[in-house]
Amino acid sequence: MARGQGAALDRKKLMADPIMVTTIVVLITFLTLFILYPLAILLVDSFVGDGSFGFSIFKRIFAMPSFTRAITNTLKVGFLVGILSALIGLLFAYVEVYVRLNRFAGGLFKVVSMLPVVSPPFVLSLSMIMLFGKAGLITRFLLGIYDNSVYGFWGIVIVQTLTFFPVCYMMLKGLLKNIDPSLEEAARDMGASRWKVFTSVTLPLMLPGLGNAFLVTFIESIADFANPMIIGGSYDTLATTIYLQITGAYDKAGAAAMAVVLLCITLVMFAVQKYYLEAKTAATLTGKASRARMLIEDRSVKIPLTILCSLGALFVILMYICVPIGACFPTWGYKFFPLTGKWFKQVFVRYHGLKAFKDSFVLSLIASPITALLSMIISYLVVKRKFKAKGFIEAVSMLAMAVPGTVLGVGYIRGFSGGLFHTGVLQGIYGTGLILIIVFVVRSLPTGTRSGISALRQIDKSIEESAYDMGADSLKVFMTVTLPLIKDSFLSGLVTAFVRSITAISAIILLVTPSFLLITVQINEFAEKGAFSLACAFATILIVITYGAVLLMNLFIKHFGTSRSNKED
Amino acid sequence: MEKVKKGVRLDHISKIYQDPKTGKDFYAVKNTSLTIEPGSFVTLLGPSGCGKTTTLRMIAGFESPDEGEIYLGDEPINELTPNKRDTAMVFQSYALLPHYNVFDNVAYGLKLRKVPKDEIRERVTKILELVELGGMEGRMTNQLSGGQQQRVALARALVIEPSVLLFDEPLSNLDAKLRVTMRTEIRRIQQEVGITAIYVTHDQSEAMALSDQIIIMNKGVVAQMGTPQEIYYHPVDKFVADFIGEANFLRGTMTGSEAGYITLNVEGNPLRVPARDGVEIGKEYTVVLRPEAATLADEGGLPCRVVLSCFMGSYQNYHVMVGDTLVKLEEHNPKNKRIYRVGETCSLVFDPDSVHVL
Repeated sequence: MARGQGAALDRKKLMADPIMVTTIVVLITFLTLFILYPLAILLVDSFVGDGSFGFSIFKRIFAMPSFTRAITNTLKVGFLVGILSALIGLLFAYVEVYVRLNRFAGGLFKVVSMLPVVSPPFVLSLSMIMLFGKAGLITRFLLGIYDNSVYGFWGIVIVQTLTFFPVCYMMLKGLLKNIDPSLEEAARDMGASRWKVFTSVTLPLMLPGLGNAFLVTFIESIADFANPMIIGGSYDTLATTIYLQITGAYDKAGAAAMAVVLLCITLVMFAVQKYYLEAKTAATLTGKASRARMLIEDRSVKIPLTILCSLGALFVILMYICVPIGACFPTWGYKFFPLTGKWFKQVFVRYHGLKAFKDSFVLSLIASPITALLSMIISYLVVKRKFKAKGFIEAVSMLAMAVPGTVLGVGYIRGFSGGLFHTGVLQGIYGTGLILIIVFVVRSLPTGTRSGISALRQIDKSIEESAYDMGADSLKVFMTVTLPLIKDSFLSGLVTAFVRSITAISAIILLVTPSFLLITVQINEFAEKGAFSLACAFATILIVITYGAVLLMNLFIKHFGTSRSNKED
Repeated sequence: MEKVKKGVRLDHISKIYQDPKTGKDFYAVKNTSLTIEPGSFVTLLGPSGCGKTTTLRMIAGFESPDEGEIYLGDEPINELTPNKRDTAMVFQSYALLPHYNVFDNVAYGLKLRKVPKDEIRERVTKILELVELGGMEGRMTNQLSGGQQQRVALARALVIEPSVLLFDEPLSNLDAKLRVTMRTEIRRIQQEVGITAIYVTHDQSEAMALSDQIIIMNKGVVAQMGTPQEIYYHPVDKFVADFIGEANFLRGTMTGSEAGYITLNVEGNPLRVPARDGVEIGKEYTVVLRPEAATLADEGGLPCRVVLSCFMGSYQNYHVMVGDTLVKLEEHNPKNKRIYRVGETCSLVFDPDSVHVL
């Protein structure tokens, strides 16, 4: 049997569509140049960086105690953060799905799930230091403890857990909702206690999902740069070690090899998560719940769980609130009143705040539509079309999800500072805003693509086929059918890309030049210097901007989204 | 619609797919040649997985044949993309554009063809009248019933005046009553427009009611092509006989022949049936007997024993055993007839000319 003719015809049909071909070529070029190439150059650098091919650079870095310590540190932190986040996430998810919550607690839950989305991923480190540090509001002033050290292992673990558990909570909530209540009712009916039902039915069903949540958090924790930077103190993780290797020791080949090690760790985790756990999760929890679940009204269960979670939620919220308040205290730790706006004023008057916000804002604003459009195009190609290079496009955009920002940053330095393959070609983009925009795009692309793919999977394939059949070419189909149908997903992708870009730091901090002031980099700098009030002032304004963007999006979707016209019947 | 009608010709078409479980290649459609006359209504009928939808999608251009060539009229169209083919498809799920209203859905193809605005309005209005949706132009598609959505899908396909109209099980999402109404409608409109239509279905009564020609497919190959009567009365094999309508199969060895008839020995009884070419004495043949073609009597036919007797309103349903062979039959209008009970022995009687020898 030869499938040659069919394949040849498919190819010919594709070639008859120049826009489609151009799009694919451009996409492949983009993905190759800005995702594959920087990673490849890291590999090349770490094997031949010192002139001859071999493992000499790896030998060198593994001989550094600081590096091997960083590996164990990173894994220890990631492991603990993963477990804690998954468990706390499960508790929150369980309480929300199974227990009848009053409106206050329900509201708290919503805020907690929302906060990590709109805030830069490292503000909790700031508030941790301000609340529990040496001059911490709680440690020193409430409890009278003087040398409390928040820096180090526990500082990172607590801050990362608080930052990442809402993600687990949202993931697990979705899974718990998909458990058919009749399974648990059957167990109850057979005489199992509530606890027994949880351990013998709910938990086993959730295990792959929990594993999934654990690994996702593990990867996030390993890749996290800013939290260990601010609160790690002398406790270095891989991401910070790589950063210091470049900015402190100027050892670019060593940093490249370290980045390869970090990349290998995340890639293995990612592969397990993606191809093993995700499939298992989908296999155990497929169907929709057949009907509404009987919520737990039992006061002996309800009250302690609600209180526990509400306190946890309040604590997280307190941590976030600490940021704007910190920006209003005249001197954190010494003088609290009267509240002042002087830090905000200083931000703008002395520290070029306006320029920082303008740079961050403009670059993110340029990056987000590109990201949103690219991710929709990739999703469209992956879900709706078939062609040879599809596997490549899908795989590389997935790969970007597993690449830590620091690794990408080092890759860009090695790959573009001397031009492509150190030939000087494309050297011009290094150090410009363009490369920052590209990094923003690459960093947000996977999230956008994932949401685009799941949105497109829900659209009947024949709707696009019918348009195609009526005489529309690919561009027409995409513009008149696909895009309008996933307008909501596109809009939220736009905002997510914007928020992710404006709050990004890990890759950016390695690539930014003095001609660009970025807010996140400023926050990091002031926090490093111990100027927490200034850092808070920057962070507050950043949170306001991102929150504003999210609000704007919701407003937009409400008025122009597709969901409205569908709800009219 | 002053267009030259075009037929469709499939010349040794094959499509190979990979089984996702085993990874092995298999023929979804194998070496199929067909000629569909201009202006005729042809149905591709068969069980699921027989290759009928794949064949239709190859004609539309969504799939590319691995062997052979497809012609629209005299023009080979293998290399044309769906948007360049002069075909229009009506989908199983209707596939209306949910963000457009009825008018814009129907006008979509015309706008793509850059037809002037006035003409679009005129043609859309006319076609909506034809499918009896006049005045519904402004409705959103989700405000329509299933039958109405199907009419919009049909109007959208008709308005661009394609050479061939393709239907992919368009009625399977409708309830039984509406299905019957809609199929009459589809046939009426096709006759009025005089367009070539290819219709995929697994519902034999739909195929019977609609078609000039029925193509029965099985396991990727064409089992038989013919008018509904040909297929019902002269099926080429057991599969076709069984797939179209109910069929009983009586097996017997040929013992003699005379003047256009042959005699078979069925379960020890002589049975006279019409001869066909190439039969030989001593060989075994199968006789197809339709349930409505036979009746029960006290004597004069094949002796049998009743194992089921059930009143169904318009007919009495019998299962009888002729030797070891089960025969199902329907005695229509049973009111004043003798009803045989379970366990009774009687005689299975039918006109020799109403059966068909395979």
